[in-house]
Amino acid sequence: MSVDSMFVHKMWNDKELSKMVEGGVPFPMLSDAGGKVGSVYGIYDEDAGVETRGRFIIDPDGVVQGFEVLTPPVGRNVAETLRQIQAFQLVRESKGSEATPSGWKPGKMTLKPGPDLVGKVWEVWKTDMASD
Amino acid sequence: MADKPSAGCARPTGGPVGEKVEEMESFAPKPEKEERKMIQVGKKAPDFVAPAYHKGEFTSEKLSDHLGKWVVLCFYPGDFTFV
Repeated sequence: MSVDSMFVHKMWNDKELSKMVEGGVPFPMLSDAGGKVGSVYGIYDEDAGVETRGRFIIDPDGVVQGFEVLTPPVGRNVAETLRQIQAFQLVRESKGSEATPSGWKPGKMTLKPGPDLVGKVWEVWKTDMASD
Repeated sequence: MADKPSAGCARPTGGPVGEKVEEMESFAPKPEKEERKMIQVGKKAPDFVAPAYHKGEFTSEKLSDHLGKWVVLCFYPGDFTFV
């Protein structure tokens, strides 16, 4: 979503993005004239008249589980967004009985918070797991 | 001569220059500016509807139509802005 019109979205998709991604952008490119939606989400820059790089993960109940906001010159890391969604999905499927420690990726061990784990995380989780 | 706008990632903008234009007097009470609020995690995402371009068609997208699915909502400064 940006403040550009859907017509400009079409041009950007047809003239440039479709040359990067076969078939063009697979998801809807939303238009937010005047930054009305961006203002509600707290990421519209009134002085510049544009949205900043806000990214929101919204779960199946419509609840915001996470967000990230960057200034324009730095791009996002899509792999990290996907990792976070996978983590939120795991937590949701476990109905909150499991938690994903720092550095978790699919396949890595989760934590099962409870009385037995208090003060014992150091036994099962090592700091190098945060970034391996 | 005005400087050339830099071709950065923020969309170049302009604005009025020179003498300040007297503001027209308005009899209507000025709307109070709402305090800027950031979204909170764990809270409902504000619903919205927006025009969109999607696979060759102009469509209208409503956030709440996607309940039951995971949604990634991405904002960005503008089309053709490099990053």
